[in-house]
Amino acid sequence: MYDVSYRRAGTVPGAVETFSQGDDPKYVAGGQTLIPTMKARLAAPSELVDVSRIEDLIGICEDGDRVIVGASTTHAAVHADPLLGRLIPGLAALAGNIGDPMVRHRGTMGGSVVNNDPSADYPAALLALGATVRTDRRDVAADDFFVDMFETDLEEDELITAIAFPVPKRATYAKFPNPASRYAMVGVMVAELADGSIRVAVTGAGSSGVFRWREAETALAATMDAAALDGLSVDADEMLEDLHGSGEYRAHLVGVMAKRAVNALS
Amino acid sequence: MTQVSMTVNGKAVSAEIEDRTLLVAFIRDHLGLTGTHVGCETSQCGACTVHVDGAAMKSCSMLAVMAEGSSITTIEGLAPTDDTLHPVQEAFREHHGLQCGFCTPGMIMSATDMIRRYEGRLDEATIREQLEGNLCRCTGYHNIVKAIAAASETMASSGMTDEGEADTATAAS
Repeated sequence: MYDVSYRRAGTVPGAVETFSQGDDPKYVAGGQTLIPTMKARLAAPSELVDVSRIEDLIGICEDGDRVIVGASTTHAAVHADPLLGRLIPGLAALAGNIGDPMVRHRGTMGGSVVNNDPSADYPAALLALGATVRTDRRDVAADDFFVDMFETDLEEDELITAIAFPVPKRATYAKFPNPASRYAMVGVMVAELADGSIRVAVTGAGSSGVFRWREAETALAATMDAAALDGLSVDADEMLEDLHGSGEYRAHLVGVMAKRAVNALS
Repeated sequence: MTQVSMTVNGKAVSAEIEDRTLLVAFIRDHLGLTGTHVGCETSQCGACTVHVDGAAMKSCSMLAVMAEGSSITTIEGLAPTDDTLHPVQEAFREHHGLQCGFCTPGMIMSATDMIRRYEGRLDEATIREQLEGNLCRCTGYHNIVKAIAAASETMASSGMTDEGEADTATAAS
């Protein structure tokens, strides 16, 4: 990789301050996407500001009717967390199927969320659960956070600190993993929120990244049954097309995975 | 350049390195511990797997400076003494869990990590799923899975999964 200088931040203000002094800096936590991307010379920040050891960013706690996950909490920690396992088991299960065990030991929720890879798993969870992204300066609703693939509402120097998930009545995530990379070819989270509303979020499929499938939400709000999705479809022209699958294939998979998620709701 | 210090296989090590030095390069080139392999260099094959503070990670996908202060175990540090094998190494030998051997260090470091996490309760399907991050280009998975299952059973019955490795107490997860 190109030369880079490394600074480890101990606090959130310290991280933002260090970032502000850089030429072309980037925050890094687990680095499970960023480091390989830098090795491939697809990214070449001049400074890395490591936020993975900032204690305020690590850990999971309950706050009223929400669960707060620190941005530098690893996928393995999310997967194994007893509180999440009890309150939002669908999210804990999702985390246990990201990448592979080694990636899960190091990769973080915040890193995944800010990268907004169109095939990442967490964005579907944030959107379906109506989560709020907390940063060093404000709160952003998931609905406003994910702008386009690899693009979020964050300012250049803004640091994500936590994600607040309202505890749903129930939520499940059904993923069709790419057999080689384990990224989602299509992943669908179906959630019934505390107020009874239904949200359906789809990752891996949309050409603009994660999206809500409103038509399915309306159908499931009327009848919470996989059969309610019969005849519904997403537009194949708005789906990703690549060597792994055509737009038609992904559009079909969206329906299949949504039904599997509904059937797995308990 | 940055001064890094960490513990590798129980020994304190320290060096001045370029910030961009990958952990695997530090282990191999600076410490001369060439048992940790560089396979794909794209985070897919798992040949570079080591334990960082008790949890398996890909040493090609982190900078050495990110491991400052950590306790690292490589394949060289797994066996209790120079003339004995760790039960997972013994099982790979017994069940012919290697062909060319290139992926083996990573396979063994992943295997010991999964046996720790599952406390020796591993069935074949779980082993195969948990090996997602390790590739064997000889496609010798069948015997690798058999070896891990056997080692898991050995370690569980001898109580080794209760205590784990010395460094697992500080596991990141």
